[in-house]
Amino acid sequence: MIPHSPEGLRTKPTFLERFMKGMLASCAGLSILTTAGIVVVLVYESVALLQEVPFWRFLADTQWTPLFAEKHFGIWPLVCGTFLTTAIALFVAVPLGLLAATFLSEFAAERSRRIVKPVMELLAGIPTIVYGYFALTFVTPVLQNVIPGLASFNALSPGIVMGIMIFPIIASLSEDSLYAVPASLREAALALGASRLATVLRVVIPTAFSGVTAAVVLGFSRAIGETMIVAIAAGQQPRFTLDPRVPIETMTAYIVQVSLGDTPTGTLEYRTIFAVGLLLFLFTLAMNLVGIRLRRQIVPGTL
Amino acid sequence: MLNRPGAEALFRALCLVALTIPLAMLLVLLFHTFSEAYPRISWEFIIGYPSRKPALAGLLPALAGSFYLMILTGLMALPIGLAAALYLEEYAAPSALTRIIEVNINNLAGVPSIIYGLLGLELFVRAMSLERSLVAGAATLALLVLPMVIITSREALRSVPFSYREAALALGAEKWRTLLRVVLPMSLPGILTGLILAMARAIGETAPLITIGALTYIAFLPDSLQSPFTALPLQIFNWVSRPQAEFQVNAAAGIVVLVVLLMALNGLAIWLRARLQRRVYW
Amino acid sequence: MSIMEHIEPRTAVAESNRIETLNLHAWFGSFEVLKGISMAIPSNGVTAVIGPSGCGKSTFIRCLNRMHEVVPNARATGQVFLDGSDLYDPSVNPAQLRRRVGMVFQKPNPFPTMSIRENVLAGLRLNGARAHAGESEAVVERSLRQAALWDEVKDIQERPGTSLSGGQQQRLCIARCLAMEPEVVLMDEPTSALDPIATSRIEELLHELKRRYTIVLVTHNMQQAARVADRTAFFYIGELIEYGITKEVFTTPAKKQTEDYITGRFG
Repeated sequence: MIPHSPEGLRTKPTFLERFMKGMLASCAGLSILTTAGIVVVLVYESVALLQEVPFWRFLADTQWTPLFAEKHFGIWPLVCGTFLTTAIALFVAVPLGLLAATFLSEFAAERSRRIVKPVMELLAGIPTIVYGYFALTFVTPVLQNVIPGLASFNALSPGIVMGIMIFPIIASLSEDSLYAVPASLREAALALGASRLATVLRVVIPTAFSGVTAAVVLGFSRAIGETMIVAIAAGQQPRFTLDPRVPIETMTAYIVQVSLGDTPTGTLEYRTIFAVGLLLFLFTLAMNLVGIRLRRQIVPGTL
Repeated sequence: MLNRPGAEALFRALCLVALTIPLAMLLVLLFHTFSEAYPRISWEFIIGYPSRKPALAGLLPALAGSFYLMILTGLMALPIGLAAALYLEEYAAPSALTRIIEVNINNLAGVPSIIYGLLGLELFVRAMSLERSLVAGAATLALLVLPMVIITSREALRSVPFSYREAALALGAEKWRTLLRVVLPMSLPGILTGLILAMARAIGETAPLITIGALTYIAFLPDSLQSPFTALPLQIFNWVSRPQAEFQVNAAAGIVVLVVLLMALNGLAIWLRARLQRRVYW
Repeated sequence: MSIMEHIEPRTAVAESNRIETLNLHAWFGSFEVLKGISMAIPSNGVTAVIGPSGCGKSTFIRCLNRMHEVVPNARATGQVFLDGSDLYDPSVNPAQLRRRVGMVFQKPNPFPTMSIRENVLAGLRLNGARAHAGESEAVVERSLRQAALWDEVKDIQERPGTSLSGGQQQRLCIARCLAMEPEVVLMDEPTSALDPIATSRIEELLHELKRRYTIVLVTHNMQQAARVADRTAFFYIGELIEYGITKEVFTTPAKKQTEDYITGRFG
């Protein structure tokens, strides 16, 4: 019953062992296939589009009307819309996130940390459609009382709500890097007579700088790619403007708009969503790689 | 100025305020939604079918769609994700290729969900001719949550102490058997928790499903893998997009159901984890 | 009597040598831990390996069942003969040889997800052996008796392996190892994590086991070596300094380093 091999010791690893290893390896390789798939799909349709619409038309126009009879292909309105909402979101989330992270890392008792961190994860787990509903039905009406001329669809309301959405990301990642600053540095500053506040502002935060930057970059990336909040509350009017009170359209909302319609596959209109998607992918790819790089610097062994 | 006595207290207060503002807004959000939804929440709403009249509209096809999607997504994502995690954690030697795979997975975790929708549209709906079916939707969502499953499974595997792998190898077992009989049973709580959280993420996603063309007005229950479908977030989106105020109430009610479902899933994850941990006395 | 300092030609193999190493080197990365160890271990009986921390004694026995190479960046060269077959021959499957050369570790590690009974049978299950209930029962009882644990656990076999005390867990690990019916049992400081009472129970056990098995025991406790071992090898910074009958190594050591270690001049 004891499986001592009859040939003695001379057998190679069984077929099963090599088979299992191969199967597992191919599943790991699937992830590369996914990225390749994304790139191929986006590039393929974009190239097809470029054959009908020369590249300069994307850069030289300030209107985006590929769905209308008179077609303009300037990408700037969409890019502008995306960056306007993202900027507002960061304007909200970065100060709040950084200050909150400072509180958790430097001033909070251990018990508070243990309660707050799961609550923040809860915040991050709320589906974005819920945030979208909130932006449209609560934030916009409230702001309309305060800001004259605020349209029912605008950039301000979703921007603020997106800020709340990415707040946990920025706060949590910043808190990790602040927490990781060695106690010895803080002690050194205090021993030189600096107050606690000065230590935090002049020593701890600067030391955690690359981690905080990573948090902001990753929050930025998340905000650019956000779809539902802007699709519901920002509008469907591509507009080359920085005015947060008027309806605009983001890159992601445009893709939703076309997908909801009856656009047949293979047409020019269909291809535009892939071109916009490619642009979006490149932005977020760049941000993600930068963010991953920065995080590896402060927490070795993390990816 | 930084060394003035009141400065620290002021700063501390400022930080505390910064922490509470978003949390307070979350509470406001939940309260507003629940109070808006209140008139509509009823059993008839949950098991009813959509309708042109807001007061008669129901959630059943959306609930059914979300349920099937969740199961299918889990069934697709778990084997592949777990296999990839096993390879990366137990077999792969540190090398340039492994590094690329790891960076790739972390990048995929940050790709916007709508891009997965575009991939699903071109690959599953068009190229593989799956149309706007349950299986296309589930496959798209499976790709979306796959990086999450891989990452959480790896963490679970990593938490098993090396001494048990050693003990199994010293008994003359081949590597895959030590994984199957020793390492996997011990890492099961973490793996399952990660899977449930991935499924929770999947049922909250709207954008990829819109992109693959999932119809938002479906008045029947899906009856096969190839069947068209709708899902809870899609139904909510549909209602939110209508101008009539009555439909906004429906949307709020749908959100309440969605949030309750998510809380139940998270609760399940926590319970399951505690239950399974008891079998593993470390 | 001193060790075999020169390399015996392969033709003259002592009939009773179960294990023989020939010029065994081992590295962690670029750090050489074992610097050419050649020694012969006779069948049946306990051979102890002693020496200060870092001398390579653990690495040595882990080379005997090729567990050393499981750690990344670890490698070994040389030859290790088990009954005349070189374990480091490229065609050898390490998993196979580990069924004939078993190992007990310093910290008891019964599998937490398995009961006492399942732990004893773990080696067989992990190797895909199938046995019907009667055979399994017999193996479990035999192994637990050999490990002097049967009387204590025979009525609680379904309880988790980790519900036992430290000393009992280690005897369970010994039973798990013996269930494979190995020819050689390697023990890496098996009692250093246990209290004195548990330690002495395991030492009693060793006196029984050595009649049937070849046991190689690494210990940092010289008194333990003196109590249980028939032969003792003294290692120092990766080299085999002295090897011989325990009594003679301890009372009339041939090398000064051995004497210094034994008398406690360094540790």
